[in-house]
Amino acid sequence: MTVELGHFALMLAFVVALAQVGLPALGLARNDVGLVAATRSAALVQCGLLAVSFAALTYAYVTSDFSVKNVWLNSHSAKPMLYKVSGVWGNHEGSMLLWVLTVALFGAAVAAFGNNLPDRLRAAVLGVQGLIGVAFLAFIIFTSNPFERLPEVPLDGKGLNPILQDPALAFHPPFLYAGYVGFSMAFSFAVAALIEGRVDAAWARWVRPWTLLAWMCLTIGIAMGSWWAYYELGWGGWWFWDPVENASFMPWLAGTALLHSAIVMEKREALSVWTILLAIVTFSLSLMGTFLVRSGVLSSVHAFAVDPERGVFILAIMVFFTGGGLALYAWRAQELRQGGLFAPISREGGLVLNNILLTTSCATVLIGTLYPLALEAVSGAKISVGPPYFNLTFGPLMVPLLLALPFGPALAWKRGDLAAAAERLWWVAALCLLVTLGAYAMLYRGPWLAPLGLGLGVWVIAGAMADWGFRVKLFKAPFAESLRRARNLPRSAYGTVVAHAGVGVMVVGIVAMTAYQTEIVQRMNPGDKAQIAGYTVEFKGAEVRPGPNYSEEFARAIVFRGGVQVAEIVPSKRLYTAPRQRTTEAGIHASWRGDLYGILGNRLKDGSYAVRLYFNPLVRLIWLGTLLMFLGGLLSLSDRRLRVGAPRRVTRDVATAPVAPSAAS
Amino acid sequence: MTRKQRRGVLIGTAVGVLALAIVLVAVALRSEIVFFHTPSDVAEKNIKPGVRFRLGGLVAQGSVKRDEGLKVFFAVTDSIKTIKVAYQGELPDLFREGQGVVTDGKLLPDGRFLADNVLAKHDENYMPPEVADALKKKGVWKGGPPGQGSQ
Repeated sequence: MTVELGHFALMLAFVVALAQVGLPALGLARNDVGLVAATRSAALVQCGLLAVSFAALTYAYVTSDFSVKNVWLNSHSAKPMLYKVSGVWGNHEGSMLLWVLTVALFGAAVAAFGNNLPDRLRAAVLGVQGLIGVAFLAFIIFTSNPFERLPEVPLDGKGLNPILQDPALAFHPPFLYAGYVGFSMAFSFAVAALIEGRVDAAWARWVRPWTLLAWMCLTIGIAMGSWWAYYELGWGGWWFWDPVENASFMPWLAGTALLHSAIVMEKREALSVWTILLAIVTFSLSLMGTFLVRSGVLSSVHAFAVDPERGVFILAIMVFFTGGGLALYAWRAQELRQGGLFAPISREGGLVLNNILLTTSCATVLIGTLYPLALEAVSGAKISVGPPYFNLTFGPLMVPLLLALPFGPALAWKRGDLAAAAERLWWVAALCLLVTLGAYAMLYRGPWLAPLGLGLGVWVIAGAMADWGFRVKLFKAPFAESLRRARNLPRSAYGTVVAHAGVGVMVVGIVAMTAYQTEIVQRMNPGDKAQIAGYTVEFKGAEVRPGPNYSEEFARAIVFRGGVQVAEIVPSKRLYTAPRQRTTEAGIHASWRGDLYGILGNRLKDGSYAVRLYFNPLVRLIWLGTLLMFLGGLLSLSDRRLRVGAPRRVTRDVATAPVAPSAAS
Repeated sequence: MTRKQRRGVLIGTAVGVLALAIVLVAVALRSEIVFFHTPSDVAEKNIKPGVRFRLGGLVAQGSVKRDEGLKVFFAVTDSIKTIKVAYQGELPDLFREGQGVVTDGKLLPDGRFLADNVLAKHDENYMPPEVADALKKKGVWKGGPPGQGSQ
């Protein structure tokens, strides 16, 4: 009964979504205030219906109702409760339901909280948002119905793919989707602005928090996926430049660019046409990400079996929105007002450089990801483009970006002083040099470029600190004055500092992990010892034990450092009962120095085990850095200006305080 | 600075970055891509030992052997030709005889394939698209069990 209710709510949501498109279209054309106002109700109702639908599916999973085909295929009665719930979106149909629910949630948020938006703009935004909902609801209803019943009720389910039964991966899809779908807000606002033929700073002030929220979710979603791949797959890596990974990374790059160009638009009313284009491109890349993952056209290490018909449907959706958005842009963009002028050396100039580098690097990732498809279509040759391509193209483009990063916030709007900025950053440069030289002196092995990479990371971290130090006049004014300034500094300024420092922290982690990872493989009998990166690992033998829905062959190994026992790691191999599938669980001893990462291999003929050990230096910094970026976004989002929306004051302060405008609110 | 000069700097920077990117992409696509071949492709195209490529096909039944150490031997087949593969390291959890497989490596002078990487999959029903296409083209395999979308 609940399941039928969910199915019914889903279809009703489709009808309401149609209304959410039709009402504003008619209302805007006829200038009918009533119709335009009704759009808000439609968005709220649609969201409510989808919430009911999603709750119904969740209920079916929680109560293990195997008469529902989707539950039968992806759940099992013996599965822990967390994975029964995450199983809802751990499969194609359920994840698409989560996708439309997220679209509707964002739409409802605009409907509920968009009181200070112009009526026409709000209606147009909700209409576009509704259109996205219509497309994906049709996709679900016609190709991927999660509520399909089975004629006979099976005794038990087939179970969720065991490698998906993991806490980080349970929440990876919701965050990723919130990110993808969150960019639909920017897209809807961009299309609405094109339809209305009007765009201004208020528009940017509206788009920015949504983009920021989407960007934060995507950041944390990608980080969770990468963390999961690191400890769950047992390959000792954290990023493989795999098409599925790139699919989420491209919208992130474009979204990061959008986030920054929206700042220029909000503060200076410049770059409006470019920002609109970027909003369309970012969401198009999100759709492409969905298409690449869901269609399985590309060979991927993270790929799951897929149904080709569904791929075609998503391709059609993607072509419609990307093509439609770009066509509208080509047709209407000239109507929009181009913004103010600025010198190349200025905050705006810095942000433009950021945009050029980010979008170009995004393009190189796009080429690398799609080139195999293109080449196969043209010549029939099958190729794969792997990490060497991306390291060679993406890497060099990141270097100028990171070098320029600390200069950006140090430059004033409109016309900046490069010499003054350099003066503020001299100690940062000195620190960076010191770290680089220190790394050369202490680490003789590894690529010769690696110490420069570490220095670059430190440059970015210290650069962010220097920005904060300048704003609070640290050591330039009495301490009490600095303290007062630190308290009064707007949260968005803290957000910038924290997020930028996060980039640097991540860079240090990536360079250390990539250049200085060590690995050994050894046959081990109980009592055997292995040496790696200053650790001694003593193998204590392996045993078998049962788990809730698997049996596990696990090994104990004692980790010594300097003759002292520091930890015990327990790598294992699990055999899940439903579905019958093996997984490898790494045994990890984590510390700030790095992770000691152990994998239990196969039992060999003589009873010994193949044991693989990695030392991953500073690897935690990669995720710490992304967490800092997320926190930076959160700080910025909680800024008073965005919550209250006090545009006038900020604008005036910008005009009167040319040196550090964003510190002056 | 005049308006024109400002625009010049902007366009110059953009063109410079793009040019750099194009050069990098062109170089990388020339040198850093890896071709995919099935065992019969290897015979037809007469691939030389030492050239890196991806070998894909099905793991031949009964071919997986382990030596005393950490080496694993198996054979990859498209049922027309079969190539023996040597690999040192852990096989992915979903590696099984009769299933599709993709390996990275190069041919040895004796005609065996030395793999340094065996690509792992997340899903039992997943068949790498290159392998699926290649096997379909050779008429060996006509689509496996209807794969259920996951994740």
